[in-house]
Amino acid sequence: MKWRNVLTQLKEQKAALAALIILAVFVLMSVLAFLSPYDPNKIMPMDKLQAPNASHWFGTDDYGRDYFARALYGGRVSLSVGFLSMAIAVLVGTAVGTVSGYFGGWVDNVLMRMVDVLMSIPSFFLIMILNAYLKPSISTIIIIIGMLSWMNIARIVRAETLSVKEREYVLYARVSGQSRLNIILKHIVPNIMPTIIVAATINIASAILMESSLSFLGLGVQQPNSSWGSMLNNAQGYIGEAPYLALFPGMFILLTVLSFNFLGDVFRVAFEPRANRR
Amino acid sequence: MQKYILRRVLQAIPLLWFISIVSFALIKLAPGDPVLSFVTPDMDAEAVERVRQSLGLDQPIYIQYWIWLKNVFMGNLGYSVSNHRPVLTLIVERLPATIGLMGSALLLSLIISIPLSMYAASRQNRPADRVLGLISYIGISIPSFWFGIMLIYLFAVKLNWLPSMGMRTIGVDSIWDIMKHGILPCTVLAFMNVSVYMRYIRSHTISQLEEDYVQIQYAYGATQGTVLRRHVLKNVLLPIITILGMSFPELIAGAFITESVFSWPGMGLLGINSVFSLDYPVIMGITMISSVMLVIGNLVADVLYGVVDPRIKTMG
Repeated sequence: MKWRNVLTQLKEQKAALAALIILAVFVLMSVLAFLSPYDPNKIMPMDKLQAPNASHWFGTDDYGRDYFARALYGGRVSLSVGFLSMAIAVLVGTAVGTVSGYFGGWVDNVLMRMVDVLMSIPSFFLIMILNAYLKPSISTIIIIIGMLSWMNIARIVRAETLSVKEREYVLYARVSGQSRLNIILKHIVPNIMPTIIVAATINIASAILMESSLSFLGLGVQQPNSSWGSMLNNAQGYIGEAPYLALFPGMFILLTVLSFNFLGDVFRVAFEPRANRR
Repeated sequence: MQKYILRRVLQAIPLLWFISIVSFALIKLAPGDPVLSFVTPDMDAEAVERVRQSLGLDQPIYIQYWIWLKNVFMGNLGYSVSNHRPVLTLIVERLPATIGLMGSALLLSLIISIPLSMYAASRQNRPADRVLGLISYIGISIPSFWFGIMLIYLFAVKLNWLPSMGMRTIGVDSIWDIMKHGILPCTVLAFMNVSVYMRYIRSHTISQLEEDYVQIQYAYGATQGTVLRRHVLKNVLLPIITILGMSFPELIAGAFITESVFSWPGMGLLGINSVFSLDYPVIMGITMISSVMLVIGNLVADVLYGVVDPRIKTMG
């Protein structure tokens, strides 16, 4: 693994460094959200729809709740949905991809046709449907997004596995009688790790976007919980009188997703310098 | 070539069949009872049961699927649970709005992204290229609904230039009015499309610029503009075909989120409303139509590769 290249890339590309800092700040803010003096769910009808001011940095929403506190706690939800559904997608995608690529034959055929089918159904639509039927909760959202976004990873991992499994060390391992599971875990997965890390980083970005769209439509995170997406859910209705309600959570989503996409690219260039620097 | 197309079509049939089974099963196995949307408080258990029977929902799931499949082959996608109209009619009614919006967004995106990405490629890693790259990064990272809301705030609320929702002003019936309603959603879709397209076309152009034929043109004294327009443009057709194949399903199925933000009365909005009302026949209909479009889009793209570039053997 070429972690040193990542450092070089970060030094070279100031934008990537900025992305890393932004993400660190957002993670820190949502972890330390409890330090905020305001309760994100406390309804104060007297204070409703205050524009940003000294005591309410982001103003207050239509229930008089402090919007900054809600954004901090919303970040917790958005970021954890992103990380955890990425974890599910990576686990499933890597498992399917390596097994498919290493075993080949009918196993490969069955698994890849399954991927074809799942990829041919409009997945966002499917997520909407499932989430409407199942009682929407944060854990359902994580599982649904994770279970419906692993297919791309499986395809990439399978392609990599196909090339890695012909390498000599894999042949030696096979000749020396190691079990297939062992070969996949000890010899194949570590060697395709760079690919997995790149795919995972970009997957976080798309999971966060998906969750926010779902919550924006009202099919995701439900009251009194909030995510950045669900905060935007009724912001559109107040766009005339309180545009800041839409501005802040949207900026947070944009910066987070942008940063993850940036990092994904940095990893790609760092791990495969020859591939392309375009 | 005909053999190839025939084989691909034959391969698509089991794929579509599997898709129908998977989506039918997922929709059916999910908890939630569609009969409840017919139940009024004054109905007794027996009446509820009659409704269930009349909808065929008392049958085991594989029989329900069989009935659904048989009907599909007779051109009947079933009836909406919420307003009892045929699903096919509902979909056909929505098509013009969606095709109009998605088609113009697609056209606009191509018109913008082809010259921009070729320009960026010719200025590789220079400031202009970097700026365009950053913009395209923003385009793939921005939540489309939020971008839409911001546009509404700026152009509908603040400046009051454009309408914020719907497709027509009540009482006004003109193309110009529809176009005015379409500008904002079209901008959202085009911005996101252009960002994706630019990455494809730019990297393809860069690899073309390294080809011998380009170097020879330069040696003959051709300017960069001429080379790009006369020679590279033709060779950039391939990624454009990929793009068109990718965009084909959206052309029909619409964009759920953008249509929802702007209340554009197309397929996407129909889809979202059917999800909210658990209207499974409509959901099934939309899922199947978009899957068919996806399969067709891929097929057409693959066939076109062979037509455009004879070096690619599609027969194999």
